[in-house]
Amino acid sequence: MQTITLRNRSAEAFVHNPALGPLAALVLAVVVFSATTSTFLTVDNISLVMQQSLVVATLALGQTLIVLTGGIDLANAAVMVLGTMVLARLVTDGSPSGVALLVAFVVCAGLGAVSGALVTLLNLPPFIVTLGMLTVVLAAGRLYSEGNSYPVTNDVLGVLGEGGYLFGQLKVTHGMTLAVVMFAVAWYALTRTAWGRHVYALGNDPEAARLTGIHVGRTRFSVYLIAGVIYAFAAWQALGRIPNADPNAFQTGNLDSITAVVIGGTSLFGGRGSVLGTVVGALIVAVLRSGLTQAGIDSLYQDVATGVLVIAAVAFDQIVRRRSR
Amino acid sequence: MRRTVPVILLAVALAGTSACTKTKSGEGAGDSSGPVKIGLVTKTDTNPYFVKLRESAKAHAQEKGAELIAVAGKFDGDNEGQVAAIENLVQQGVKGIMITPSNSTGILGALKQAKEQGVLVIALDTETDPKDAVDATYATNNVTAGELQGKYVKATLGSTAPKLLMMDGTPGGTVDEQRHRGFLQGMGLKDGDPAILGTAPTNGDQNKAQAAMENLLQRDSSVNAVYTLNEPAARGAVAALTAKGLAGKVAVGSIDGGCQGVADVKAGKYLATVMQFPKKMAEQGVDAVVSFAKDGKKPTGFIDTGAQLITDKPLAGLDSKDTTWGAQNCWG
Repeated sequence: MQTITLRNRSAEAFVHNPALGPLAALVLAVVVFSATTSTFLTVDNISLVMQQSLVVATLALGQTLIVLTGGIDLANAAVMVLGTMVLARLVTDGSPSGVALLVAFVVCAGLGAVSGALVTLLNLPPFIVTLGMLTVVLAAGRLYSEGNSYPVTNDVLGVLGEGGYLFGQLKVTHGMTLAVVMFAVAWYALTRTAWGRHVYALGNDPEAARLTGIHVGRTRFSVYLIAGVIYAFAAWQALGRIPNADPNAFQTGNLDSITAVVIGGTSLFGGRGSVLGTVVGALIVAVLRSGLTQAGIDSLYQDVATGVLVIAAVAFDQIVRRRSR
Repeated sequence: MRRTVPVILLAVALAGTSACTKTKSGEGAGDSSGPVKIGLVTKTDTNPYFVKLRESAKAHAQEKGAELIAVAGKFDGDNEGQVAAIENLVQQGVKGIMITPSNSTGILGALKQAKEQGVLVIALDTETDPKDAVDATYATNNVTAGELQGKYVKATLGSTAPKLLMMDGTPGGTVDEQRHRGFLQGMGLKDGDPAILGTAPTNGDQNKAQAAMENLLQRDSSVNAVYTLNEPAARGAVAALTAKGLAGKVAVGSIDGGCQGVADVKAGKYLATVMQFPKKMAEQGVDAVVSFAKDGKKPTGFIDTGAQLITDKPLAGLDSKDTTWGAQNCWG
C-alpha cells in the first residue's frame, strides 16, 4: 500500500512539475560525464557550460512564453542576429553604446510586435507568420550587414561576457547574472501574476479563456512583444560571448531554442511548462555537447543524442497529457 | 504505464551518454599520460572537403600514436558552435587544436584563451584575421589558386577580349575574396572593369549558382569567360550555360580538386580546376602538434600546402597535370 501511494505521488509530481523530468535527466548526464571523464566536473568547465548555454537559453526564454500560448517562433534567432548587427554597426559608425542598445531594443521589440499583431489581429497561424518573418528578417540582416561581419571592441556591448565575480572558484559572468535575473522575473510573472495565469489559460484553451473574461488578443500580443525585448537581450548576450556580429551566425538558433524548450518539458500544444524547465533544457544541450566532446565523441553523435532527447521529451509530454485527461 | 515515465527518461539519458564509455579507449586520466590528444574543429560535418580533412587527420594521428577528437560547427558561420568546441577541447587537455574558422574574426577570444592555456593553435584551410591569432596556418594560398585559374582562362581566350561572369562565394568570406582577387590578377583585370559583365554570390552552392547564372545570362549572353569559386558553383554555371546553348563556347575554370570536379574536367564540362590538398594540411597539422608535444617547438607563419592546375588541355607556359593524375590525388 505504502509503495503504491508513493509511486502515485511521484507520478503526480511529474505531472504538476514539468521541469522535474528534465532535471533528473540533467543530473544523470552530469553524473555520467563526471564518472567517465576526468575533466568534466571542474569549476572552470561548469562555468564554461553555463556561458555556452546563455544565448540559446535567452532565446529559449522568449520562445517558452510564445510556446506556452500554443504558438511558436521561428524568427527569434534571426531577430537576435539583426539585433547584433544593429548594435555592432551603430557603434562602429560612432554612436554611443547607450544609443545603439536603445535602437536594438526598439528594433527587436518592434519585430516582436509585428509578429504579435499578425497573429492576433489577422488571426494567422504563428508558424506561418514567424516563418515569413524569419525570411524577411534574415534578408534584412544580410542587407544591413552589406556582406560583412563586424568585430565589436566596445566595453559596454561586450560586458556580458566579462567575469563579474567569483562565486567560490566559479567564474560568474555578468551575462550569467543577467540571465538569472531575467529567468527569475519571467518565473515570477508567469506563476505569481494575473498576466501569467492568463498566458497559461490562453494556451490551454483560448475559447475557455475568452469566456472567463480574459483579453485573449491583448495577452497574446503582449507575449510576442515581450519576447522581442528578450531577443534584444539575447543579442547583447551574443556579443558578450563572441564580440563579432556575423550575419551568417545562429542559423539554427530558432531550432536550438525550440529544442531547449521541448527538452525542458514545455508542451508544444501550449498551456503546460515552465521557464525553469527551459533553463534545464538549455543546460542539458550544453552539457551533452561539452561532455561528449570531452569523452572524445564526434560531433555528429552529439546531435544524435540531442535529437533522441527531443523525441523522448515530446513522448513524455504526450504520455502525461493522455493520463491527466 | 506509471513506471514508463521515469524509465523512458533514464533510457534516453543513458542513450545519450552511454556511447562515451564505449569509445573512451585506453586513455589515461591525467594530461601527461596516454597518447597526445589533438582537437580538430571544422566548419561543418557535411562538406566532403572537411570530411577528407577529418579522415586524413584521424588516419595520420593514429599512425603517429596520437588521438584525434573531431568536432564541427553545424553550418558555415556557426561561430558559437566553434567557440564552444574550442573551449571543450581545451578543458579536455588537448595538446593542440587545428581549426578551419567559419569566420576569420569570430573565434579570436577562444583561440587566445586556448593559447594562454599552452595549447598549440593551428589554422587549417582558412586564415584568421589577424593572422597571428594562431601559431601557424596550413592552407592553400587562395590568391595563388585564383590566379592559376585566371591565367588559364586568359590563355584560353588568347587575343579575344574577355567578357567575364563571376560566380562568387559568400559575401565577406575570406577565402572567397582571395580567390576572386587572385583570379582577376591572373586575368589582368581589376574590380569594376567593364569586361566584367556581372558577379553573383552563390555560397558555393550548385543550385544557387545555376539560378544566378541563368539570371545573368538573361541579362547578357555575350559572355566568353566564367570564374567559379568552387566546383559545385562551376557545375551550376555550366548547367545554365548548356541550357542556353553556350556549352563549349565559354571558358569556364574552377577551384577545389574534388574527385567530382576532376571527373567534370575529364568529361569536358569545364576546362580546368585548381586542386587543393586538404590531406596535406591535415597531416602536416598533426605532425606539428605531435612534435610540439615532444619538444615544445611551435611552427610559425603561413605554410602553403600547394595548388595544382588540373586540365586535359595543357597550355604553353602553365604548369598543369592531367585528369588521370588528378583522379589519383583528388579528395572527396
